[in-house]
Amino acid sequence: MLTNFMAWIDERLPVTEAWNKHVAQYPAPKNFNFWYLFGSLAMLVLVNQIITGIWLTMSYEPSGDGAFASIEYIMRDVDYGWLLRYMHSTGASAFFVVVYLHMVRGLMYGSYQKPRELLWIFGMLIFLVLMAEAFMGYLLPWGNMSYWGAQVIISLFGTIPIIGDDLTLWIRGDYVISGATLNRFFALHVIALPLVLVILVFLHILALHEVGSNNPEGTEIKKKKGTVPVEEQSKFTFHKQYTEKYDIVDAIPFHPYYSVKDILGVAGFLIIFCWVMFFAPDGGGYFIEAPNFEPANSLKTPEHIVPVWYFGPFFTFVRIVPDPLFGTMAMFGAIIVLFLLPWFDRGVVKSVRYRSKWHLINLIQFSICFIVLGVLGTMPATPLANNIGTIAAFGYFGFFVALWVYSKNEKCKPVPERISN
Amino acid sequence: MSNVPVNNGRRRFLTAATAVVGGAGVVGVAVPFIGSWNPSARAKAAGAPVEVNVGKIEPGQLIRAEWRGKPVYVVRRTEQTVTDLAKLDDQLRDPNSEKAQQPSYATNAYRSIKPEFLVALGVCTHLGCAPTHHADDFDQFVEGTPNGFFCPCHGSKFDMAGRVFQGVPAPLNLMVPEHSFISDDTILIGVGSDASKGEA
Repeated sequence: MLTNFMAWIDERLPVTEAWNKHVAQYPAPKNFNFWYLFGSLAMLVLVNQIITGIWLTMSYEPSGDGAFASIEYIMRDVDYGWLLRYMHSTGASAFFVVVYLHMVRGLMYGSYQKPRELLWIFGMLIFLVLMAEAFMGYLLPWGNMSYWGAQVIISLFGTIPIIGDDLTLWIRGDYVISGATLNRFFALHVIALPLVLVILVFLHILALHEVGSNNPEGTEIKKKKGTVPVEEQSKFTFHKQYTEKYDIVDAIPFHPYYSVKDILGVAGFLIIFCWVMFFAPDGGGYFIEAPNFEPANSLKTPEHIVPVWYFGPFFTFVRIVPDPLFGTMAMFGAIIVLFLLPWFDRGVVKSVRYRSKWHLINLIQFSICFIVLGVLGTMPATPLANNIGTIAAFGYFGFFVALWVYSKNEKCKPVPERISN
Repeated sequence: MSNVPVNNGRRRFLTAATAVVGGAGVVGVAVPFIGSWNPSARAKAAGAPVEVNVGKIEPGQLIRAEWRGKPVYVVRRTEQTVTDLAKLDDQLRDPNSEKAQQPSYATNAYRSIKPEFLVALGVCTHLGCAPTHHADDFDQFVEGTPNGFFCPCHGSKFDMAGRVFQGVPAPLNLMVPEHSFISDDTILIGVGSDASKGEA
């Protein structure tokens, strides 16, 4: 009965085919480690954000007069409203945690290198849209930090010569941030950007399955057709799209092997997630900042305007450069260099395991600089903080310059042909 | 299909023509979508320039106007007050108005178009409270200075040109909004004047 039903469907829509190609018969390297959990976790958080977001819009009122009160209403009067909101706000921070870790994985194992450049670019686009999504979402509670944070970010566009002032006026739709701004941010936050995000995630996975997953060794599991004796090939059945062109070695099907592993990751993640959500939903003032518990007030600036933690690293670039225009350029530059990473790295060896000591040191200093920039971004600006920030900013951009220099003739260890047991 | 005779020139022309017409259509359709993000008529009306009649202000008196939801102070300064401004220079953070808190035509010793009239936002640059005007008892805050502005929230002090004193929480001088004289007695707040008018 069920078989007949599936056959009926498959004749009309390739459901089983797609399932096999992308899940049950997708060859994944057998040596995925802890770092490979964050892609599926990011998808889990995305689903969480979409579902809780839909439910929040049912009680939220996107207007200058009603927004703040409707959040209080959700928190106090709507059954489980507090839980839905905390799932959404904690989810926003969790999203950036898993995405940053996902990117660290890509850096460590060279997952951005040829032939995965486009995969990396789709990932960076997801990151960019995610930042826009988070920024606009943060305005919606219409708290005072929402208001002034948006004020600061929008005024970044005002630093562009000639068109700057008109551009900020156009973005706000008013002479100050007002209900008009709130409404358009709401529309973008709940419809436009999530749609773009889902499409980009789809393309990210499609691109991944076209080139195949990298792994901690950085070796290729797809060997040229006919070069591997049958007894050395992977014993599993893989979809013909992969086996027609290649001999597959050291691979296991994504499902059930990695789906089960990812479920373990999900369980671990949810323990931490729920702990934060139930016991520290404001993340100690980092996930929901204290001034946001009072309504937006255009006449009262919070004492320290600091962004939510995940924008910290990029905000510091704006702060340390005295000239506002160059500061804005430094911030966008910090994102653009990430896009260009596949071309800064001229090496052929992917994994940090087989690359030179220089690369390891460079990766570590880059991570430290990124964290330092992030911490500074959430602290009040002082001359000392700005000096440290400047050093960290040099370390950040220096990573790319150094990588470009040493990767050309890098002394790497020999990369094994196969993934060892 | 491959055997069908093809006029490549005509095909290229039609493809290009379709692309151009389609492109123009896309640009045309984009206009309302981009345009709808401009401030609405309601927002424009609420943010419209405000006229203030200054003819009836007594010397030393302050009147308040509201512009874009913010209080605007207009003060008719006496000649004595204007000449006394320079004496305070060494007690101020930014005596020469180097920070961009005023339009270029008000970047002068008295921070206004006409020395007589100070136009400034009544919004403290610290946390946005409204500073109070002390017309004759300001010397309780700054010795030897009869008049100025004192912010009751955190004690920031400003002189009669809206310049901030040293040692107070406010970092910047009071903001001077864009304004211009449309007649001798009428100031238009929200529309700037050029420098030549300012010297008139």
